[in-house]
Amino acid sequence: MSDPQTLQVTPLNTVHRQMGAKMVDFGGWDMPVQYRGILDEHKAVRTGVGVFDVSHMGEIVVRGPQALELVDWVSSNDASKLAVGQVHYSGLLYEHGGFVDDILVHKVSDDEYFICVNASNQDKDFEHIVAHNKFQATVENAGARYAQIAVQGPKALEVCQKLTSSVLAPIQYYWFVDGEFASFEARIARTGYTGEDGFEIYVSPDAAVTVWEAILAAGAEFGILACGLGARNTLRLEAKMALYGHEIDASISPLEAGLGWTVKMDKGDFVGRTALAEQKAGGVKRKLAGFEMRERGIGRDGYEIEVNGEKVGWVTSGGPAPTLNKNIGLCYLPSDLAVPGTKIKVVIRGAGVEAETVPTPFYKRAK
Amino acid sequence: MYPENYTYTKEHEWVAVDGDTGTIGITHHAQHELGDIVYVDLPKIGSMVGQHATFGSVESVKAVSDIYSPVSGEVIEINDSLTTAPEKLNSDPHGDAWLIKVKLKDLAELKSEGMMTAADYTKYVGV
Repeated sequence: MSDPQTLQVTPLNTVHRQMGAKMVDFGGWDMPVQYRGILDEHKAVRTGVGVFDVSHMGEIVVRGPQALELVDWVSSNDASKLAVGQVHYSGLLYEHGGFVDDILVHKVSDDEYFICVNASNQDKDFEHIVAHNKFQATVENAGARYAQIAVQGPKALEVCQKLTSSVLAPIQYYWFVDGEFASFEARIARTGYTGEDGFEIYVSPDAAVTVWEAILAAGAEFGILACGLGARNTLRLEAKMALYGHEIDASISPLEAGLGWTVKMDKGDFVGRTALAEQKAGGVKRKLAGFEMRERGIGRDGYEIEVNGEKVGWVTSGGPAPTLNKNIGLCYLPSDLAVPGTKIKVVIRGAGVEAETVPTPFYKRAK
Repeated sequence: MYPENYTYTKEHEWVAVDGDTGTIGITHHAQHELGDIVYVDLPKIGSMVGQHATFGSVESVKAVSDIYSPVSGEVIEINDSLTTAPEKLNSDPHGDAWLIKVKLKDLAELKSEGMMTAADYTKYVGV
């Protein structure tokens, strides 16, 4: 545990405490893990609407005549395919093909890209991009200039529309607009980390408290709940969205993580491409798979997985899936076992407990 | 909040004694700290538990917590209803959601170092 004195705080820290949130040290940030309870918060997002303070997330802005060249050089997806106002998920990779981070790239204009990165990776990501900047581009570590609030759930559109003059309904998933929100300048992106429809709103830290309170007020008629990182984790796990340090890290490549779709080998050279090409040619030895517990027990992060009494892999994230009323998880297994229908045992407190690999995502919203 | 006739531990368990039978559970404070409880692991009837030794676990959505026995003895009953309804630990931790009953080995353990009255425990958890 970090010293509480040294934890970083978001502009909403006092508000969380006033609301009775349970706070935890999340990668050096003092963050709410829950308010009313993880299960209630999870359900609110699946059936109504929830609001999350995700201001700990980092932002990096790349600008200049060769902004695109730099973004394309350091990330695995093809940023040249992005239109202004479009977002995509991508990997920031090392030469050896492992993840520096997973990122969301927003194309603001031909010479400006806005990248949302993980909180605890922000400085590392910034240094990595700067170290690879051989282009006419500047890189700004802009986290301190932004608060980020996520409004997620089937009612998110109605709630957000009350607070902006931008017309939100026509914005497609993974597109954004710059406008105003609760009278503050805002970037409004139809993105999220819950598997539900919703928006991620980037505003100045000075605006965070007003925007947060405006969202809670606008959402009251839908029973909006403030949601913590606990629900954020169960929601993203059901939707099989990767969490850095769990499904992905420096030792894992996008091909292993089931994120091959974020790797565009034909876009030209980029950092990590050579290693990924070798992996592709040779075939990856392990792959991410989803599992459901078949016996009583909950497979959790870090637990070992056995087949025929031999250790074959480990759980990257595991826990109850509130929407499905099952105990689920993600794990790395040898590629031949990482297909649906493999009987595995999750080692829980020394005993192998039966589980089976299943198709993913575990949860997919109705369109 | 905390029943007067129970004895409490620093690990947030309680024991209620009736003759030589001790009923053991977790405290309101414990369930509140854990949050939504989704799974309970209990020992087998006939197994022996030791004072301050772990005899099972309680899992919330986020985490696993060991449970420690306030007293030594033989497990004579377990609360099976918690297998299908672990959430009762959140709603009634001092009553319906007791965990196990043991045949007490040594009543003197109730007065041993670290065991607390309701008043002491209330002070301990600071409410």
